[in-house]
Amino acid sequence: MSDVNGNGKFLVGIYDDDDVVLSAVKEVKGAGVRIQEVYSPFPIHGLDVALGHPRSRLGIAAFLFGLSGTLTALALTYYTEGFDWPMIVGGKDSYSPVIYVPIIFELTVLFCALGMVGTFLISNGMGPTVKPLMYDLRTTDNKFAMAIDLSKNNIGEGDIEQILRKSGAAEVNIKQF
Amino acid sequence: MSHVTSAVRTPLVTGGKTYADVTEDISRQVEGKPTREWTIAFTISVIVLLYGTACVFWTWWEGLGVWGLNKTVGWAWDITNFVWWVGIGHAGTLISAILLLFRQKWRTAVNRAAEAMTIFAVLCAASFILMHMGRPWLAYWALPLPNTFGSLWVNFKSPLVWDVFAISTYFTVSLVFWYMGLIPDLATIRDRARSKVSRYIYGAFAMGWNGSAKTWARYEYMSLILAGLSTPLVLSVHTIVSMDFATSVIPGWHTTIFPPYFVAGAIFSGFAMVQNLVLIIRVVFKLEDYITIEHIESMNKVITLTGSIVGVAYLTEFFIAWYSGVEFESYAFINRATGPYWWAYWAMMTCNVITPQLFWSRAIRRSIVWTFVLSVIVNIGMWFERFVIIVTSLHRDYLPSSWAMFHPTLFDISDYIFSFGFFFTLFLLFAKFLPVVNMAEVKTIIKSSSEKLPVSVSGVAKGERVANPTFNKDVE
Repeated sequence: MSDVNGNGKFLVGIYDDDDVVLSAVKEVKGAGVRIQEVYSPFPIHGLDVALGHPRSRLGIAAFLFGLSGTLTALALTYYTEGFDWPMIVGGKDSYSPVIYVPIIFELTVLFCALGMVGTFLISNGMGPTVKPLMYDLRTTDNKFAMAIDLSKNNIGEGDIEQILRKSGAAEVNIKQF
Repeated sequence: MSHVTSAVRTPLVTGGKTYADVTEDISRQVEGKPTREWTIAFTISVIVLLYGTACVFWTWWEGLGVWGLNKTVGWAWDITNFVWWVGIGHAGTLISAILLLFRQKWRTAVNRAAEAMTIFAVLCAASFILMHMGRPWLAYWALPLPNTFGSLWVNFKSPLVWDVFAISTYFTVSLVFWYMGLIPDLATIRDRARSKVSRYIYGAFAMGWNGSAKTWARYEYMSLILAGLSTPLVLSVHTIVSMDFATSVIPGWHTTIFPPYFVAGAIFSGFAMVQNLVLIIRVVFKLEDYITIEHIESMNKVITLTGSIVGVAYLTEFFIAWYSGVEFESYAFINRATGPYWWAYWAMMTCNVITPQLFWSRAIRRSIVWTFVLSVIVNIGMWFERFVIIVTSLHRDYLPSSWAMFHPTLFDISDYIFSFGFFFTLFLLFAKFLPVVNMAEVKTIIKSSSEKLPVSVSGVAKGERVANPTFNKDVE
């Protein structure tokens, strides 16, 4: 979780443009400043890579949840129609996985979607009672914020502020949690 | 993944909007007091819903005998309405999933409303399933429950059981997809809220969204997988609905063409309904800069394509009925066109095959009035299509002594009216309390697809960021 460890003093650079903030990340990192996280009102492609975030493993979770759906459907249809109470309908085999393809497909999709969304919420620490740490309320509207944890940087506050301004920040604010 | 958008493409967002404008224009109706138009429309919908609910309860109280069904025609308006609503419920997820995979940027302005329409339409469809059960309190018998009622399980070989799985999965996944898309916008409204109550409510639904780069990266990844899952799901739902008919041995139903034919018809009617809703929304909420004539034209192109596929399917059915040499099949089709229900057949042919071809004309495709009228006609035609398939195939039983006609009663009609009250009540609540356009997604296309201003979109003059005159680099 990117920002839950937020107690301390942060310098928050506010940017007006997504392209500016993307190039600023490279610039600020290049100057040796550790960036806590960047907040934006919409996804900026390449930003997670620029920040050095590892690639999301949601796809693995999605695959495993989907697989569990497939296995559940196979087990359900096999147990009921192949084992517990075999029925011959329309002269067809009582158990043949082919005829259960719709069930298998639907349960795969259902498990995969719900499992992945659940994983997404948990991995982000999201939930109905969660109060987010907002470095700037305008980041869900039209501003882009770069948060820098002063305790994790050896560079002085004034110098970081200079670096942020040079990289295109329109404002630099101090935020304390 | 960045790609280049040609400057000759017409803009999808007009009026030179900035990011702040997008937030402002779309949040306005959520934050303000309900308008007079909304209040009037909502009151009418609720009255219709109350009348319809009373009629549905009477149907259950008295039994399905209040409908016009008889021994020969055992399915009529109930299943017609069900298939009609499920069909309408196809456009939303198609727009948000398939068009996402195809990178159709115009989807961003209409996907939210279309997905809401999908969810409410599927609920309406489900209400007809409950109604036609007659004993809705036993609806859970359709689920594969342990053998408390004897030794039997549900028949997993029956397409009706497949339908239970398909429609409930489709509803759940569409709802989740829609809700996940809403979260960033709910956070926007939360952070703008002035009253404590709305900050609390929107905040709870926004689930603590903070818009960090890491969250967005995961979010985009999740959206892509959800789109990949939803794409075959959309196609599977109406495929399975069509199998309710196609796996039977009734002439006119027992055809292999049904799945693609039903799916095309579903997209056709769904887009027509999206057009009707979106044309009203853009005027009432003053969103003409976001939902432009380009969007309407794009959707009309989809309508023309799917309408033509449906037309080809009708002709193929007819040809195969003759070519198969099966007398029952041939009779079923000749009877459709020339029998006692000829008027329903020709209403279907006119509304679905002939009038949508007017959209080949660019002027008609780009005309709001024409689009609205033709979309209504499409949905009338698609209702008749299901009526024709269901009733005309059933009303001529194998024994001529069992031949019958279907006459709708007041309750057939009122229960159909119920679904309109239900649908519009839900849709109007959505339109008032949630942002009808996906703000976050529209913001992502502003740089590449909007009318350009001499300054960068954030309103800050920054020469080197202004789009290149011929090509705009699209950071997507």
